[in-house]
Amino acid sequence: MSGMNAMKKGLDLDWKPLVLVPVLATVVFPFIGSASTWLTLTVAGLAMGMIIFIIASGLTLVFGLMDVLNFGHGVFIALGAYVAASVLGTMGDLTGSASLFTNMLAVLPAMVVAMLVAGTVGLAFERFIVRPVYGQHLKQILITMGGMIIGEELIKVIWGPVQIPLPLPEGLRGALHFGGAVLEKYRLLAVVVGLLVFALLAWTLNRTKIGLLIRAGVQNGEMVEALGYRIRRLFIAVFVAGSALAGLGGVMWGMFQQNLVPQMGGQVNVLIFIVIIIGGLGSTTGALIGALLVGLMVNYTGFLLPKAALFSNIALMVAILLWRPQGVYPVANR
Amino acid sequence: MNANLLELQGVHTHIGAYHILHGVDLVVPKGQLTMLLGRNGAGKTTTLRTIMGLWHASKGKITCAGQDITQSQTPDIASRGIAYVPENMGIFSDLTVKENMLLAAQNAKRASQMDTARLDWIFKLFPAVGKFWNHPAGKLSGGQKQMLAVARAIVEPRELLIVDEPSKGLAPAIINNMIDAFAELKATGTTLLLVEQNINFAKRLGDTVAVMDNGRVVHAGSMEALAEDEALQHSLLGLAI
Repeated sequence: MSGMNAMKKGLDLDWKPLVLVPVLATVVFPFIGSASTWLTLTVAGLAMGMIIFIIASGLTLVFGLMDVLNFGHGVFIALGAYVAASVLGTMGDLTGSASLFTNMLAVLPAMVVAMLVAGTVGLAFERFIVRPVYGQHLKQILITMGGMIIGEELIKVIWGPVQIPLPLPEGLRGALHFGGAVLEKYRLLAVVVGLLVFALLAWTLNRTKIGLLIRAGVQNGEMVEALGYRIRRLFIAVFVAGSALAGLGGVMWGMFQQNLVPQMGGQVNVLIFIVIIIGGLGSTTGALIGALLVGLMVNYTGFLLPKAALFSNIALMVAILLWRPQGVYPVANR
Repeated sequence: MNANLLELQGVHTHIGAYHILHGVDLVVPKGQLTMLLGRNGAGKTTTLRTIMGLWHASKGKITCAGQDITQSQTPDIASRGIAYVPENMGIFSDLTVKENMLLAAQNAKRASQMDTARLDWIFKLFPAVGKFWNHPAGKLSGGQKQMLAVARAIVEPRELLIVDEPSKGLAPAIINNMIDAFAELKATGTTLLLVEQNINFAKRLGDTVAVMDNGRVVHAGSMEALAEDEALQHSLLGLAI
């Protein structure tokens, strides 16, 4: 009987991490005071969280499945942003239109090209930088950081060392006003893109055999091989997909910042690692929750306690780890 | 026609600086159930892992159906119809029982594409697998996990099933269930290689036996002959059957 009870309990969704985001948003409401300001900050935080999620979702799979500490992930973010800047730069007619639909005819190809370039560079990065150091964490940290530095220098060679602009297309500028709250159009787009990426990842991971293999590989790669699958090919596919997602995230982050510097990927790296540590290695749902918490925390503390904004996410991570030392939804057993 | 499905000739295996196998000679006759016995640390698990390519032999030769698989990669070995159940069972605890089974079914992309007749047969062998089909595998009991591990290994027809300590930590009723299942599998023509410490389990199932000590096979022959020779049991295993 107790076995059956345990079984039923096991089927229950672990709901506690899911309520963290609404709890955080609710808890800060009395401190902010104004409902419209709270809504503005919350939407801004969720949008920022969604962009960070897009970037982090690939890295959490790479981390969880391949046990690779890829500190070079940031280079794919910067690469995606710069490629998008170049593509959008050739489509001035489309980006200058006030029509959102026309704008998207430029933004979508820019996203696709950025993902293709980042994915292709990711393929080379895995082959020449990561593959020789599988299973060697210290060397992974050193060589992937080195890879990122080389990548940043190559970006300087191609696009120049100075900051370049990535202006928002005309139709994405400005804001919608809702009950006194100011909801920036671009942030709303970021929420939509983030949700689409999450839905696509969730569907792939939970409804396809390749997703099943990835989830199994995160837990026990050796057993996946013993069942007849070449996990190395799966590794490469996930690494390329992770790099492409970082490229997409770079496009979103670049348009969010509207200015690009070659070091922009490295600057976001810290946030991404906080997100995947909060989320639990290998968990996309955990990464989503972690990213939303980080996005909200940045915006709330930026408004309430600007001096605390710098370390608020570290404090958040520490609090989560004190509660769940392996993150909110740990998958990989490391 | 070679009567042996699997042959190891003078296999040495190193793990890092450690020399574990010191020239293992082992034959697994086709269609029979071979028991691999030996004390803890004798090299039984290393032998199985070397057969599966999870550790590569540093010297010697391994053949399956006459084909050299010594340096083959694990997925290639598995695709020859060799299924392996490790000592820790290798269950994917975050996946459901159904997902664990689907993963092993190379020819099915969805659960609905799995061979239903074979699944029904497996459910009769291991009722717990059917009963907890949509439950997380990590929530199963130890015995149920072992059933799932074996069921997963035979979700499609295999030439050779290798199981590392199938009776370890199981209740007597579950062990009897396992014995019946292996006997039925053997009746279907599947060749089996089982590592065991439970000598009664070995006696009830084994056709042939190999006993390992210090990284070598020190005795090979029929299970029946070993079961009848108490002195030999004492000298090889330190106990009587």
